[in-house]
Amino acid sequence: MRGGRRSTAISDGLRTRHTPFDSRMFLSRIALCVIGMLLATGLLVARLVYLQIVGQEHYATLSRDNRIRISPLPPNRGVIFDRNGEVLADNIPTYSLEVVPLRAGDLKRIIAELTELLGLTEDELQRFNSTLRRSKPYDRIPLRLQLSEEEIARFAVRMPRFPGVEVRAHRVRTYPYGNLTSHVVGYVGRISQAEMDLLDRSAYSGTLHIGKSGVEKSYETLLHGSAGYEEIETDVTGRPLRSLGSVAPLSGNDLTLSLDIKLQKVAYDALGEHSGAVVALEPATGRILAMASKPAFDPTPFVNGISRKAYELLQQDPERPLYDRALRGLYPPGSTVKPFVAMAGLEAAKLNPAKRVSCPGWYSLPGSSHRYRDSFRRGHGAVDLRYAVTSSCDVYFYKLAVYIGIDKLHDYMERFGFGQKTGIDLDGEMRGLFPSREWKRRVRKSDWSLGETVISGIGQGYVQATPLQLARAAAIMANRGGVVTPRLVDTARAGGKTRDPHADDPRPPPIEADPKHWKLIVDAMVDVVHSGRGTASRIGGGLPFRIAAKTGTAQVFSVGQRQNYRTMKVKKKLRDHALFIAFAPAQEPKIAVAVVAENSGFGGKVAAPIARALITNYLQVPP
Amino acid sequence: MKFDNSVLNVKLAAARPNPWTNRLHLDLPLVGGLIALMGLAFVILYSASGQDLDVLLRQGGRLLLALAIMLALAQIHPDHIKAASPLLFGLGVLLLGAVLVIGDIGKGAQRWLDLGVFRFQPSELMKLATPMMLAWYLSEAGLPPRWPTVLIAGLLIVVPAALIAKQPDLGTAMLVAVAGSVALFLGGIGWAYLLALAIALGATLPIGWFMLHDYQRDRVLTFLNPEADPLGRGYHIIQSKIAIGSGGIYGKGWLHGTQGQLEFLPERSTDFIFAILAEEFGLVGCVALLAVYLFILGRCLHIVTQAQDTFCRLLSGALTVTFFVYVFVNIGMVIGILPVVGVPLPLVSYGGTSMVTLMAAFGILMSIQTHRRLFPV
Repeated sequence: MRGGRRSTAISDGLRTRHTPFDSRMFLSRIALCVIGMLLATGLLVARLVYLQIVGQEHYATLSRDNRIRISPLPPNRGVIFDRNGEVLADNIPTYSLEVVPLRAGDLKRIIAELTELLGLTEDELQRFNSTLRRSKPYDRIPLRLQLSEEEIARFAVRMPRFPGVEVRAHRVRTYPYGNLTSHVVGYVGRISQAEMDLLDRSAYSGTLHIGKSGVEKSYETLLHGSAGYEEIETDVTGRPLRSLGSVAPLSGNDLTLSLDIKLQKVAYDALGEHSGAVVALEPATGRILAMASKPAFDPTPFVNGISRKAYELLQQDPERPLYDRALRGLYPPGSTVKPFVAMAGLEAAKLNPAKRVSCPGWYSLPGSSHRYRDSFRRGHGAVDLRYAVTSSCDVYFYKLAVYIGIDKLHDYMERFGFGQKTGIDLDGEMRGLFPSREWKRRVRKSDWSLGETVISGIGQGYVQATPLQLARAAAIMANRGGVVTPRLVDTARAGGKTRDPHADDPRPPPIEADPKHWKLIVDAMVDVVHSGRGTASRIGGGLPFRIAAKTGTAQVFSVGQRQNYRTMKVKKKLRDHALFIAFAPAQEPKIAVAVVAENSGFGGKVAAPIARALITNYLQVPP
Repeated sequence: MKFDNSVLNVKLAAARPNPWTNRLHLDLPLVGGLIALMGLAFVILYSASGQDLDVLLRQGGRLLLALAIMLALAQIHPDHIKAASPLLFGLGVLLLGAVLVIGDIGKGAQRWLDLGVFRFQPSELMKLATPMMLAWYLSEAGLPPRWPTVLIAGLLIVVPAALIAKQPDLGTAMLVAVAGSVALFLGGIGWAYLLALAIALGATLPIGWFMLHDYQRDRVLTFLNPEADPLGRGYHIIQSKIAIGSGGIYGKGWLHGTQGQLEFLPERSTDFIFAILAEEFGLVGCVALLAVYLFILGRCLHIVTQAQDTFCRLLSGALTVTFFVYVFVNIGMVIGILPVVGVPLPLVSYGGTSMVTLMAAFGILMSIQTHRRLFPV
């Protein structure tokens, strides 16, 4: 084409110009872009509105959680003192090695080197790893719980090699008297899941231990106090930047017990090889002076988790060291009930104390050939009430029990606390039992038989009592009817204020009885120790005051009608329990005692000297 | 007869009553918008940097350099820009290839070319060179584009994008592709072609998925479900959402954003700086920033509609839309509606390279605006 070149040139020129078509197309495309951009902007705004208005609260919470860590400040557990200010339970600082994984960097290397440095055990590593899996990267994870001074020094020198590893001070519960107080003071242990479910979590945050037995358990609320907390602002690594404020923890109450640790030791030592329990209290107030159960155990391993093996060993020990005999041991009280049965006869059945009963060494119910033996096989001859108590004549009390009748006897014995909780300020005491017709019908679903009344009169059969109950019954006798509630904790001190936690407790009503009757029975009990015919006359010598007491021997094993009981031939486990109750001085009692020495035979022989040791020690008499 | 168009070659701007900006080839509203944005940027950056004045000074220095480049480019006549386009594009592709080769020799990602005095990122050059090339090619090839043109144009987009993606820098590759594609779109590509291209793109997506690096795939997966790995890859998005959401309507106050100040928010002064703004100034601050961006975009669009030839129209349109895509992709990523790709918030994020490129683009727009003829040819 001739004009082709030229026309191309022209069209070249024209092409760069904007034909109406070009413009329209371009503008429409721009318009599409604008619409797209506006829609996109709308999308952004909508999303922002969603995040910042609808989700504001949610994200604000997340943001707070992000930066604020609540660090609990556990309270100091109250210290437990004896009446003279001796420390029975304390918190001492210990040091543990802890790792913050987030700051540790190469955790594998650090653990390997620490294992070499401190000789970490397989157990410790395993516990560390399982905790590690459950924790956040900025949590502290304990590696070794109780560092020795030497280990701290060894670690300190090489500290720069271990970022994120630190030595932290903790307080750990200790019991300076160990076995001596393991039952009465008890111990703390790691909080179990079941306990955790029942706790006020905010008060216990940061607390690892809780009272498991004894005073530690019963006074947990007072001893523990309440946790404080610190709000700490942290950065992304969990590094604390500053404190946003804190609430100080409320320390637990320091408790002062009425317990005298010196007397406790006397009781514990006096029991010697015997299993058993000793309870001593102030008759006037019910304040416990000593409360020992033997065998005992060392409470220390329980604090930071006793090993399964050690625990099994304690549990399988046939002497049951974990068992608090003073509070929970149920023993047939045997003849120790006689002074109280005598009071029941005098007060509830108008017994003439002067009337003599013939004791041939056995007793049979009318129309029965069954012979209830007297422990003194030849018999006591003609005995009145006073002599019956002094010589512990069984036949007299067989008859007396039948004379009073079981229901009246039960009711009166209940007033001395038999079959009743003493109300001591410790958890878990046993109620014991003094039977009645109603009880037998209800519990045993059968009728009462008169023979059961007979043996109830000498504290056998269904009758069961704890050493604590016996001590308290002795105290009521010592008070001539004044009923007291045994108490272990005298005062609780917190924040500079001391108070008596029992100040508002109601005082139980006393047993009203003829003073002549009290005098008669107390005199008979004094004779037990101080007359030549008394069953505990061996302990009566060389005392500037009088002891009122009663021996007891509880059968563990029934002897057949025609058999002879020969102590040495019966296996130790089946030998009688020796019991003894006493108070002194008889006219102005300052201490009441109950002793149970298991399987040790006759009460006057083994149990009485234990009681004497306690009494003389407490009343400051040289032995 | 040769048509003497020198009479017509009178600058339109000469008719406007502002000799100072005329002489400098500056567009006053655009400059105003940019200054407002910069002001805002420095306020946010001060907080995001942990109140580090050094950071502000360095950013200020970069800004001065960027402004100088903008000013310089504004002086260049669009015709010269057009003429330089193929050259620039060719050079860019060559440099991208060089970077890849050097990157193979060195270790890992390689985006830089060390020129001794300063380090130069060819992929940044391509953000401008690609739309320039497309605008040049399409204006030369004739509009609306037909098959061969569309194919060649597609190649001109895919080659640099693929080279950049290989670096690997997915964010930049995408922006380069977008810039080129917008030019093609504005050039009036038919809907049928568009559909065909979309299908082709859809078909290559699965292949592309396997060609992605692991970390890039992770990013996409993380975007789809950030809570799956809250302390790992999802951490960025979760912390960012917490920062934004907790800001509420009015924000926690300047320098009082806990997410940012306590370093819970990663990359808070670079890619995630928008979250700082959202946390400390709330929805109000976010909308204010978007308003400034929209103002700048509005002025740019005005320039686009005033542009007098095809090259200028396509280039200015492509640069404008790309600018918006920048903003949208960054904010969308920070607020969790787009995957995390390394795209900074234009002119606000700390860092110099993208700022220089962006200001260069504004320089080009100003050149287009201020070199208009009184009577368009």
